[in-house]
Amino acid sequence: MSKSNFTRRGVLKTGAVAGAGLALPTYLNAASHGFTNAPTGGTVTLGFNVPQTGPYADEGADELRAYELAVEHLNGGGDGGMLNTFSSKVLEGNGILGKKVEYVTGDTQTKSDAARASAKSMIEKDGAVMITGGSSSGVAIAVQGLCQEAGVIFMAGLTHSNDTTGKDKKANGFRHFFNGYMSGAALAPVLANLYGNDRKAYHLTADYTWGWTQQESIAASTEALGWETVNDVRTPLAATDFSSYIAPVLNSGADVLVLNHYGGNMVNSLTNAVQFGLREKQVNGKNFEIVVPLFSRLMARGAGENIKGILGSTNWHWSLQDEGSKAFVKSFGTKYGFPPSQAAHTCYVQTLLYADAVARAGSFNPCAVAEALEGYEFDGLGNGPTLYRAEDHQCFKDVLVVKGKENPTSEFDLLEVVEVTPRAQVEYAPDHPMFAGGSLGSCNPGA
Amino acid sequence: MFGLDSKDSKLLLIVAVLALAAPFILNPFPAGSELAQFNAGYPDLMQRFVIFGIFAIGFNILFGLTGYLSFGHAAFLGVGSYSAVWMFKLLSMNVIPAIILSVIVAGLFSLLIGYVSLRRSGIYFSILTLAFAQMSFNLAYSVLTPITNGETGLQLTLDDPRVLGQTATADGSIPVTNLFGLEMRSTYELVLGAWNFQFNAGYYLSAVIMLASFYMAIRIFRSPFGLMLRAVKTNQTRLNYTGMNSRPYTLAAFVVSGMYAGLAGGLMASMDPLAGAERMQWTASGEVVLMTILGGAGTLLGPVLGAGFIKYFENIFSKINDNVLHGWFAFLPDGMEDLLVTIVHPFVGKGWHLTLGLLFMMVVIFLPGGLIEGGQRLGKLLRRKSAKQDDEDANKSASTAAE
Repeated sequence: MSKSNFTRRGVLKTGAVAGAGLALPTYLNAASHGFTNAPTGGTVTLGFNVPQTGPYADEGADELRAYELAVEHLNGGGDGGMLNTFSSKVLEGNGILGKKVEYVTGDTQTKSDAARASAKSMIEKDGAVMITGGSSSGVAIAVQGLCQEAGVIFMAGLTHSNDTTGKDKKANGFRHFFNGYMSGAALAPVLANLYGNDRKAYHLTADYTWGWTQQESIAASTEALGWETVNDVRTPLAATDFSSYIAPVLNSGADVLVLNHYGGNMVNSLTNAVQFGLREKQVNGKNFEIVVPLFSRLMARGAGENIKGILGSTNWHWSLQDEGSKAFVKSFGTKYGFPPSQAAHTCYVQTLLYADAVARAGSFNPCAVAEALEGYEFDGLGNGPTLYRAEDHQCFKDVLVVKGKENPTSEFDLLEVVEVTPRAQVEYAPDHPMFAGGSLGSCNPGA
Repeated sequence: MFGLDSKDSKLLLIVAVLALAAPFILNPFPAGSELAQFNAGYPDLMQRFVIFGIFAIGFNILFGLTGYLSFGHAAFLGVGSYSAVWMFKLLSMNVIPAIILSVIVAGLFSLLIGYVSLRRSGIYFSILTLAFAQMSFNLAYSVLTPITNGETGLQLTLDDPRVLGQTATADGSIPVTNLFGLEMRSTYELVLGAWNFQFNAGYYLSAVIMLASFYMAIRIFRSPFGLMLRAVKTNQTRLNYTGMNSRPYTLAAFVVSGMYAGLAGGLMASMDPLAGAERMQWTASGEVVLMTILGGAGTLLGPVLGAGFIKYFENIFSKINDNVLHGWFAFLPDGMEDLLVTIVHPFVGKGWHLTLGLLFMMVVIFLPGGLIEGGQRLGKLLRRKSAKQDDEDANKSASTAAE
């Protein structure tokens, strides 16, 4: 016969151990919501990771303004901006899925390491369910990789490298901005029209993923029209003085200088080139020309007089007259007193697109959001009808070819649109050689 | 304990307890409260604390003991990171081979640089190391792009061979770094009321390695070898006159501290498999000098404190934006609120460098021995006060007894 003695101490001990054992799974709840950082309360946190210092700080500051505006509009504040012109009407100005939108910001310093650290702290500490921003492709690719591992959505900001949606594409990453290939495809015919088919081009290229792929794209599309690429010189991103790179251009026999530079880099290299008198020169019996394939108003402002007459391409410009652009320029202008840049535009649109995808999917789960974005056709966000292609998470839309204005009417009216290149002309196959070599992998919800 | 005297064992124990309980200690404020902004107990930052702690401990073996100020230690950290990532790309995602290789490669690299640089001392040595580090940075940035992937940084891809592991997981994503299957990123969350504590596998691995490095550093500090290094710092000329050749000793110290840096680099890559050239930039080398001086050069605990201090500022203060400031001062009338936000604004967010610079100046001016000296002074003050109290008590009782 078994003898059971229930002592008070024994019961308490057993009870405590059993209780702890039962409670353990509820405490160790890493995987309790099915995906990383599932928003639980009445709010949802987005992470805005932009360069606040370094060569792209101007763009970063403008991106941050756009994000703040987008959050205001999503939460029902302001005049609603592009929410009113967006072809999808599921966003009602009550946050996302009824949750109020909050945000955290960080500084990428335009360094991959710092950007990843900042994004990680947003994900791990602040519980951000989506990371967006960045003004450099190197950073965008690094952060996109991080978001893929962590299981959150990455809505790329300004990144123009082919690799972002090419060999480094990720299932959790999405890009609205156009890319180097599209710039080349849009720009080359205009260049050939204006400057002729027998030009010799000299490239100065920022030495990282964006510079490499843009140079490759521009060289390929201009060579297809009869141009010759004389030389391609790589310059460090941190460089501030380009005189030593400009001097050899004079003796190279080239008659076009292509500056594959962006932000502060481009302002400095263009200024140096103009100081060396390149624009007044005659080479091979033709006027020497300078081309800046990726242009923005912020850069035009930085370069001042030097920008006049110089050709480039851009994702969006505030002088566009469609309803979406007008609504966005109006609400941005009302809030900040000046028109938005293309960086601001793409960041604002990306935030809206994310919110809309969540609302359509009915869930913050990254896999559901990705599915809602893939192959999504929309309109009314300033670029005409646009497609988020499912194969590589790249947006396809019209590309603007712009020129520095000869007679600006205000300090913001620096660029004029030369041509709107239709979407069909800049489209390419997902397995185009310039984009081959990567794979999306599968969507990662984390946790 | 482990061949340490009682004072050192106590120090090691304190560091061990601090490191293991860090998720609690660094998260003093409930999640969701206004002060949660200042919580540092999330995996990424805790990992940074201990990894940069290792880096600074190693740097201190060179700078604190021999007085040779190297301005190029980030190069070894960078080399360590690159070797670790290559190991992840080619061999497997297990962190052990990656860390071992990063230590070996950094050791060899520091042997090479140390052999050349240590022919000079003082400022010339510093300049030489700076030049070498800057050279490595520029090489990584441009010429060595096939190995380092330049500005973009070396990253894992889906088509890396990984001969001992798997190229891609079953669901088509890149495998994650692990220690024999234990994923470095796996985190357990402990929710206790309003608090939310995170226990991360990668952090604990780094913390254990940091404790081992700390123990090694104590042994070196207390060994005859360490004494020799101190002699180099005190008066190298005199040492040479006694017939001693101090070069092998300084070179050994240089290589050891280079290996520490490589270990830190390898660990960094193990926590987050990416290596960027900016890890080797001179600012990164300067940062470890700052950490060591801020904490207290030549002390055991100082560099670790300094590393924590700087990383805290970099990650916490840089994230305070105007929005957060307005939240803090919202209780004030509008005019006052805007005024206060305007005053505080330059010191937080992207202005965190300014705050750190001011604090650094104050530490150097008022506490030349670093934060450790601050702690000692505070301790002394308290002890003196209690000693005085004891004296008075004793006097009082003596006088009572006499009556």
